[in-house]
Amino acid sequence: MTENLVEARGLTKKFGDFTAVDAIDFDIHKGEAFGFLGPNGAGKTSTMKMISTVSPITEGKLTVFGLDPATQGRSIRRRIGVVPQEDNLDVEMTVGENLYIYGRYHDMTRAQIVPKITELLEFAQLTDRRDSHVEPLSGGMKRRLTIARALINDPDLVILDEPTTGLDPQARHLLWDRLYRLKQRGATLIITTHYMDEAEQLCDRLVVMDNGKIAAEGSPSSLIRQYATREVLEVRFGVDEDKDAAALSLDGLARRTEVLADRVLLYTDDGEGVAHAMNERGIHPEQVLVRRSTLEDVFLRLTGRRLID
Amino acid sequence: MSVLTGPLRTVEAELIGYRRTWRGTVISSFVNPVFFLSAMGLGLGSLVDQSDNDLGIPYIAFVATGLMAATAMQAGAGDGSFPIMAGIKWRKEFHATITTPMTAADIVLGRGLWGVIRLTFILSVFTVIAGLFDALPLRTALMAIPPAVLTGIAFTTIVTAFTVTQNDSTSLTTLFRFGITPLFLFSGTFFPIGNLPQAFQYVAYATPLFHGVELVRKIALPGLGTDMVTTIPIWVHFAYLAVMAITGLYLASRLLDKVLRP
Repeated sequence: MTENLVEARGLTKKFGDFTAVDAIDFDIHKGEAFGFLGPNGAGKTSTMKMISTVSPITEGKLTVFGLDPATQGRSIRRRIGVVPQEDNLDVEMTVGENLYIYGRYHDMTRAQIVPKITELLEFAQLTDRRDSHVEPLSGGMKRRLTIARALINDPDLVILDEPTTGLDPQARHLLWDRLYRLKQRGATLIITTHYMDEAEQLCDRLVVMDNGKIAAEGSPSSLIRQYATREVLEVRFGVDEDKDAAALSLDGLARRTEVLADRVLLYTDDGEGVAHAMNERGIHPEQVLVRRSTLEDVFLRLTGRRLID
Repeated sequence: MSVLTGPLRTVEAELIGYRRTWRGTVISSFVNPVFFLSAMGLGLGSLVDQSDNDLGIPYIAFVATGLMAATAMQAGAGDGSFPIMAGIKWRKEFHATITTPMTAADIVLGRGLWGVIRLTFILSVFTVIAGLFDALPLRTALMAIPPAVLTGIAFTTIVTAFTVTQNDSTSLTTLFRFGITPLFLFSGTFFPIGNLPQAFQYVAYATPLFHGVELVRKIALPGLGTDMVTTIPIWVHFAYLAVMAITGLYLASRLLDKVLRP
């Protein structure tokens, strides 16, 4: 039987009249990487904050490790590590001191913290930066330090809010590698992201959030199977061409057609086949690309919008 | 884990940062009293002491007690303002702290404890320098350090409570310009409150630095006449400042929790 570390039923967060999280249900199992995928403002961060007990719930039920965040917040926080969306490292301290004081906040002794710092700096590839100040570190380094900081207490649950937002591709891949290793060690991860590739890379299971609600739930592959086709044919027409007319001319070629601002997406299990059929109809777009369906397509199907505007 | 564990961790965090910045603050806690006691005590004092008004004590003694309380107020209000704004809005390290077993109350109480340590140091330096200027009798001046610390910490907690409700530092600048500076000037720091028009005297009775100045002055210079200090009993000053400090702690903890955990 799978053990649930987090259980939410009808979980709701309101700020005045605004409902940020609207009666959502989910379970997070021990040992999995669970994702909240959705655009900015979907309610992901509010959900994270409620789980990490730094935002009281408005309505519904939420338990973390079977404990109530409202009354047992301290006990919950003892067992979690939080990587917030914005780096909030203490810039008046060195890299090593940032980790040290976090260990102290977790009531660890110096003798427990010191070897842990060495281990975490190694993990975060910051060993030679131990005595450096935080300010001159690159964005990727700061992020890795923030993750290292969240691991100081050997948490049972690591909560990462938009872990790679604002990082360049190389820094992102390095970070993904670290998170993947973390998962391999058996940590339970909760990740919010608006990057579908990140969700596909890291998450065993995820929910798609939009406007405070959960639009779908499943593994990345099952969501793609359920809400998209195996392949997508992306066609781009010249800027002067009428896309709607072009889309009409493509009618019947694919199972589903989406007209976006800059291109038309044809959902099919056989991209090449549709491309041929299109050519036979005498349609020759400026660009034709066959790719596999992604979570971006799932999101588009569920909400009619793209993840990143 | 005792009630004090969290606050003590905050003190530890402050100490780590302080290891790098202590030189600057130590220098200013030496330089400020030297400047003020020279300018007000020696400079202005030589004029005052030549006048026909007999104070019964040298002016430098009078003003040194006032400055002792006022120094505490300024350091205390300083602790409760910009560093708090930084923790919430600029550096945001408070947001990180509360994702650990620490709470907003641990931050507020810990910073209060840290403030007591810092104020004790600043005021001890002040007392020693006042002694070197021969402004105050050392024994009674040392006894006035705890009341001065209480004055400072009362300001720290109330200003902290104010700061956490503010959105930017404009209101902090306003607080110093229209709150702290008038208090500094009109609370009996530089002249006996009895020299103010009656209505202003009542206003002064309601304000905190007045009670700090009177408390410090009555302890550091016992036996002053009623033209120098009021007849208000010492315990009233003490109670005023204690209530202010405790109210400030309570409000600051509550409000900081609201701000950090919306």
